Amino acid sequence: MKIPNQAVYLARRALVLMLTVIAAVYITILVANMGGYVDEIVKSELLFQITTSVRQNPAFRGLNETAFNRLVNQLYEQRLEQLGLNQPFFVRSIIYMRDALTLDLGRALFLTSDSGSKSVRLIILERLPSTILLFTTIQLMLFFIGLLGGLFLSRRYGTKTDRVLSYLATLSAFPGWFYGIFLILVFASWLRVLPYGGMVDIPPPEDRFLYALSVLKHMVLPMMSWLVAYSFFSIYTRRTFFLIYSSEDFVEVAKAKGIPEPQVRRRYILRPTLPPIVTDFSLTLVASWTGAIVTETVFNWPGTGRLFFEASVIFDTPVLVGLVVIYAYLVAVTVFILELVYALLDPRIRTGGS
Amino acid sequence: MVLISVSVYTIITIPYDEAVILWRAGEQHWLDVPRNAYPTWFSIVLQKRLPETIIADTSKPAVGSVKVIVPAGEQLRVLKSELSFRFEYDDFPSEINVFYRVHYSVSPPQITLTWVKPDGSQIELRKMAPSSDGSYYLMTDPRIVSEGLNRIQTATGERPDYELTAPVVLFGVEDASILKQETLQVMKGNYRLVIEGLLFDPHSDFDAKLVVYGKVYGWAGTDHLRRDIGIALLWGTPVALAFGVVAAISITLIQMTIGALSAWYSRVLDAAIQRINEVAIVLPLLPVLIMVQTLYKLNIWLILLIVIALFSLGPGVKFYRAQFLQLKELPYVEAAKAYGVGNFRIVFFHLMPRVLPSAIPPIVFAVPDFVFLEAVLAILGLGDPLTPTWGKVIEDAFYGGALFKGYYYWILEPSLLLVVTTMGFVSLGLALDKVFNPRLREV
Repeated sequence: MKIPNQAVYLARRALVLMLTVIAAVYITILVANMGGYVDEIVKSELLFQITTSVRQNPAFRGLNETAFNRLVNQLYEQRLEQLGLNQPFFVRSIIYMRDALTLDLGRALFLTSDSGSKSVRLIILERLPSTILLFTTIQLMLFFIGLLGGLFLSRRYGTKTDRVLSYLATLSAFPGWFYGIFLILVFASWLRVLPYGGMVDIPPPEDRFLYALSVLKHMVLPMMSWLVAYSFFSIYTRRTFFLIYSSEDFVEVAKAKGIPEPQVRRRYILRPTLPPIVTDFSLTLVASWTGAIVTETVFNWPGTGRLFFEASVIFDTPVLVGLVVIYAYLVAVTVFILELVYALLDPRIRTGGS
Repeated sequence: MVLISVSVYTIITIPYDEAVILWRAGEQHWLDVPRNAYPTWFSIVLQKRLPETIIADTSKPAVGSVKVIVPAGEQLRVLKSELSFRFEYDDFPSEINVFYRVHYSVSPPQITLTWVKPDGSQIELRKMAPSSDGSYYLMTDPRIVSEGLNRIQTATGERPDYELTAPVVLFGVEDASILKQETLQVMKGNYRLVIEGLLFDPHSDFDAKLVVYGKVYGWAGTDHLRRDIGIALLWGTPVALAFGVVAAISITLIQMTIGALSAWYSRVLDAAIQRINEVAIVLPLLPVLIMVQTLYKLNIWLILLIVIALFSLGPGVKFYRAQFLQLKELPYVEAAKAYGVGNFRIVFFHLMPRVLPSAIPPIVFAVPDFVFLEAVLAILGLGDPLTPTWGKVIEDAFYGGALFKGYYYWILEPSLLLVVTTMGFVSLGLALDKVFNPRLREV
């Protein structure tokens, strides 16, 4: 009876998460389109484009006023049908949602990918790697700094180092981009040793190795800004976490049994604290992939965050919705994987619980 | 100490409500103010007297402003006015403009403008017959520079090895030192702008205002549109504080209420709230906020409302719900229930007051987050388009090239205010934390 329990639990969670994602996507579409508000802008833009193109086309030069208008209207209706804009908003939003959920993200209204494509999926996929590269590196570094620093400090509980670090944790009250501005000021503007922003030198180096080196050089400042902003805080929270766990009874027992200190740390403190730490890590990682709009804007980093900003400036709804959809998917999938792992590891869930 | 600094802030800022009008008045209002000027205290830091703005007007009688009109025939009259000022600074002015107003009925007056340096040398600036009010930008007059070049060449036999500018010609010492940019010297002393003119009919008149723009202005400097940054910094303070405090308090209270309701009325309401909450967690808040702001360009108080609405759900609700679930089982709640106290009364008068004290430090800690949120929107160019805020100054500075051109004060001043505010609230939060959670005192 064990396996069905797990399966039922997981299936139920998967269903709930699926519904959550659907609701989130639909809300996003509603907000982005605000009752057809954006459609109006799109339609008038479309009419303008068609009118201009017909006017400029030498083949239609001889047309009189009524024939001209009829042609424009005809082309306009055709385009509307092509774009699916002639149905009522409710129907359109449902169609849009279905497309979004199947990751058929449609075509961007204005933005294009570097290769010139208008497919939202291509545009986003093109930007995703640079974001993932930067922020996965940052989050991994933060993870290890927090873990090791936290372990180190929890052993030196109450010492001067501990106290100094608790105060340094208040540095995290400032967001990463805020430090970014200062770092640009010092290293780019004043010392002129590191670039202001961007991802590679212009023109990009031909050589693979030099290219990687150039990217690395551009990554230093954004990385530093986040490390300064968040590493002390993550050390501090880990420290508190470990401290709470190291006063648990089973740790005391292990110590009383005479198990050497490093082994106690590894088996009795790190082991039970790891699942929540990993949860925390994976969720912040996913969040940082889209959540770093300002950092990417400040550093001119060509990732999804800046794409979001660019899309919002020129009202490119499909791109905005596409990004939010992908983000919601990422969060939901991460949560589901975590629950899968938990269901396999945590005995309380394995037995089915209540 | 922190409390004092925070309250001093608020007191300073109260009379600045009219600043919006000043800030949005456009370049017209700030016409007499230098562009990208440093704060005045820079003179002390640099050990060098940077020029301040000098304004002299022929229509306003003052020391150094003379205007005489002498009849010279039936209709013809001769105008002679002189604007003189002392210039004792160690650096050149940033710009020099003449704004003039003219009256006439038939034919416009003939005007000659001459610049007289302290050593007596004269530079003829311009001959004109202005038909309407206008302005004369000396910076953009190529003749001043080309004639200056000629004079320097005849005096020293060499050409300067850099691009000569109008302020250097008009204010520099014209000897060998002018040939190199590093050795440039400012001629100190009494300068005069002599305005001579012929007025052709009895009602005609000509007045000029000379503005020698300095390189420093006010305590905070100015931006690329000549606006006084100080106004934005001062007015930004109550906006930032109000935004942060209102957002933090109302969001925490709403989260707590939802959490309490969810915990107290378990089953249907609880399930509904939990599902809605999960949707909210999956939705990326900042992107949605940016999207709303892009479409509607709301003003700051509407942004505040949206922020409260968006952030009122989320992990916080889960946290409070867990707390209330524990509280619910406590004997005093059981007792209240046994007394026949209504659900509403239990939630708002028995459960919530119990959690409130422990929620105060988090509220204080959350204030800077929302101050920064406002700054984020402004930096992305999505803030309230009217109200001057710190974030707006940072945005202007960032896109105005403050980092590239070295106008560091422009970006450092608002940042410093953000730092002070944040540190203030964080220390206040730490202090309150110790008061409300006595157990932490041992740690």
